[in-house]
Amino acid sequence: MLEIQNLRRHKLEPVDLTVQAGHCIAVTGPSGSGKTLFLRAVADLDPNEGTVRLNGIERNDILGPDWRRKVTYVPADPAWWGDTVGPHFTDIAAAEPYLEAMGLSADAFDWPIDRLSTGERQRLGLARALALSPDCLLLDEPTSGLDETSRSQVEILISSHLTQGGVALMVTHDLAQARRLAALSLRFENAHHELMPL
Amino acid sequence: MITVISLDLTDLGIAAGLLILDAGLSIWLGLKLERRLMIAAVRMVLQLLMIALVLKGLFALASPAWTGLAALVMILFAGREAMARQDRRFLGLWGYGLGTTAMLTASALVTVFALTTQVRPDPWFDPRYAIPMLGMILGNTMTGVSLGLNALSSGAWTERRGIEAQLALGANRWEAMRGVGRKAMTTALTPIVNSMSASGIVFLPGMMTGQILAGVDPLEAVKYQILIMFLIAGRTGFGSVVAVYGGIARLTDARHRLRLDRLAPAKD
Repeated sequence: MLEIQNLRRHKLEPVDLTVQAGHCIAVTGPSGSGKTLFLRAVADLDPNEGTVRLNGIERNDILGPDWRRKVTYVPADPAWWGDTVGPHFTDIAAAEPYLEAMGLSADAFDWPIDRLSTGERQRLGLARALALSPDCLLLDEPTSGLDETSRSQVEILISSHLTQGGVALMVTHDLAQARRLAALSLRFENAHHELMPL
Repeated sequence: MITVISLDLTDLGIAAGLLILDAGLSIWLGLKLERRLMIAAVRMVLQLLMIALVLKGLFALASPAWTGLAALVMILFAGREAMARQDRRFLGLWGYGLGTTAMLTASALVTVFALTTQVRPDPWFDPRYAIPMLGMILGNTMTGVSLGLNALSSGAWTERRGIEAQLALGANRWEAMRGVGRKAMTTALTPIVNSMSASGIVFLPGMMTGQILAGVDPLEAVKYQILIMFLIAGRTGFGSVVAVYGGIARLTDARHRLRLDRLAPAKD
């Protein structure tokens, strides 16, 4: 269970939210309304205040890196720092099933980064995060650059994460996708937000 | 007894003629460099004449307090120079303090170390040895520290997405900044590595050349030069480590987040 109390940061009004284990909340709203800032604050990637607990553990009681391995943020356009795909994965064996589930072959680990398509970057970025087995996924438009088949494959993986007791916060502009994966939407607009049924 | 060929104003005037020739070329080619050349030349002459007077006074006094004060002023100026050379400098006191602290620890310590264990003048703080040695070590350390800090802050800015991606996946700040830190250290050490590699073949170092011109036996001059090169290389490395790793600590925080808000905007 993810519990967020009075989470606040620059350009964002305080957020209170509880996400039960096995559930996803869709984070919606127009571009620039603070959705990404909210996810980054939950991941503790930017200075912020408030209480965030995952399965009873308060994030300030553990180190930042330990928190982010449990509460992992996946940006819409994942960044890369090496020349090939492989060195970006700490556990290749753990990542292989996710690559296969998203229609990518195992030799993808040898692919040069600068030749990856947008969709490949997005799927490999998600696999990189899933291989850490986080309890909470913070997904920022996880299928924005994908075709229908790839999008379904990603949604199956997210569902599987939820079935195994994980939680997710997912930024999406696709209402149908939000309804497939979540029952509630946290809608941001003009720096305000509101939790509403989908 | 060593005899030095004394230079008079005519000798210096002839040498200055070469610079005037450069200025003439700049005017002829429309490079607009003549003003900068002249200002730099006048600054150099005034600064060197001033330091000559200061050194004469210091040598006559041979006081530890005055020698220490002169050393402190040199280090503080070096800190200011190092800060001025940053494209994206650290905000607040860190902008000045980081480079100054790195140079203070590196240059002051090594100068005292060399004076007390290798050169051993009597007294150990003899300004005739202490001030020139500090000057040479400080000049090189300043180059290394400022290059290293500049490479670090620029690198963290240009590679921020990759650094943040690593942090988001659970890397700690030292792991996420390793690549940028390594590049910064390489940049900091490149001048001294090049200098050591080319010494004696491509160029004759200034200190050794000065001593030979002053009539010192070349072997003695070379021994001093080797000592100084070792001290410079050792301390540039140490000063750069203090500056770069101090810089990484400042560009991140205790929660292992990237804090580029602690950098000033880039210079135009």
